[in-house]
Amino acid sequence: MIDLIRIHTGDIIFNILIILVKTAVVFGVAMLHVAYATYFERKIIGHMQVRLGPMRVGYHGLLQPIADGVKAFFKEDIIPLNADKPVFIIAPLIAMFATISSLAVIPFFDGFVIADINVGILFLLAMSSLGAYGIVMAGWASNSKFSFLGGLRSSAQVVSYEIAMGLSLVGIMLMAGSLNLTEIVKAQQQYWHGMFLVPQFLAFFIFTVGAFAETNRTPFDLPEAESELVAGYFVEYSGMRFAFFFLAEYVGMIVMSSISVICFWGGWTLPPIIVNTFPFLGEIPGIIIFLLKVYCYLFLFYWVRATLPRYRYDQLMSLGWKVLIPLALLNIVATSLIKFFF
Amino acid sequence: MIVSVLFGTVTLLIGNLFRLRRPYKEKLVAYESGNLPIGEPREKFSVKYYIIAMLFVVFDVEAVFLYPWALVYDKIGLYALVEMILFIFILVIGYIYAWRKEAFNWS
Repeated sequence: MIDLIRIHTGDIIFNILIILVKTAVVFGVAMLHVAYATYFERKIIGHMQVRLGPMRVGYHGLLQPIADGVKAFFKEDIIPLNADKPVFIIAPLIAMFATISSLAVIPFFDGFVIADINVGILFLLAMSSLGAYGIVMAGWASNSKFSFLGGLRSSAQVVSYEIAMGLSLVGIMLMAGSLNLTEIVKAQQQYWHGMFLVPQFLAFFIFTVGAFAETNRTPFDLPEAESELVAGYFVEYSGMRFAFFFLAEYVGMIVMSSISVICFWGGWTLPPIIVNTFPFLGEIPGIIIFLLKVYCYLFLFYWVRATLPRYRYDQLMSLGWKVLIPLALLNIVATSLIKFFF
Repeated sequence: MIVSVLFGTVTLLIGNLFRLRRPYKEKLVAYESGNLPIGEPREKFSVKYYIIAMLFVVFDVEAVFLYPWALVYDKIGLYALVEMILFIFILVIGYIYAWRKEAFNWS
């Protein structure tokens, strides 16, 4: 009996250790990715605009993100006089906590996921709406007109596009019959193209637009519109707190890319038709395929930012409500009809 | 999952604690193009935001209803299909009403 208990506690401790190690790995890798996502963003946009981008710190500016991080760490932390202090302090934490914890349910390759829960997609959607709280609270607490307007705009925008995004994922659930992200990836393997992108191209389009709006990226970066709202909801933030918002935004981008890769691009798998013709490609580790796909999607974020101008606010709202939501509903009805009759 | 949540917050707290703080504080006035702020920043704002919020509640609840339906669609078949088309039809009526009332127009 005692032996049994000992074995069980040993198992539990072992499991906890595994989870801790996994968490540490994911967290560390994600932070590194965030740091270099900022670097590559500046570099890529720089080259697209025939500039060089960061060049000074290290070889071709490779140490720039680390320098930025250290700088943010040692900057003075200013809390405005009239700010609502507890809310002001909590807001960046919430924004960051929401995005980072969504990393926990993302399967990076077969079997590697911190928490393999059955409602993966729901969890991700819930976390992405929690992130909006951070923005609203930041805008409210700073007691500045700019940040207040930024927070308001952002909340309305995030809320509007979340519906379209959630509805677009219903198509995926219909096809896969599951909310578990690992199951979704496996469900895509039964098609020759190995991706939901092909039958669900409409959902993919809606999801991508929604993802851009949810992470407040151009062309939907109205909440932070530098030229009119001087960075919107985080005007009053400085030093590390400012860095937290930045971090939240970039982790959010990575999470959105991962969701898109998992739901539409077949996750860590290659299309069966390719693997069947070139069997040696099946030997590539899943994590490499997954990361490559994520990088492609991240590149899309940068590309769009370098190319497209910002939307006007009324256009943004009417795009969300008058175009994306009907399209998403249409997609659901069409998918269910097709699935029923074929 | 809980571990990761804890991990995130704890890391943040440590980051907060270990940061250097320079105690001198100048004017901590909110930014308003370098001027002293005029008036109360939390003023009245457009009623449009409230409308958006209400519409959001309606549509989001509806989206939540769709998730379980999508999961069990395979098992139920025709019944689920008809049911959901009816559901979306009723929703679209409300949607058209909101559109006609110009709830989506931001001007």
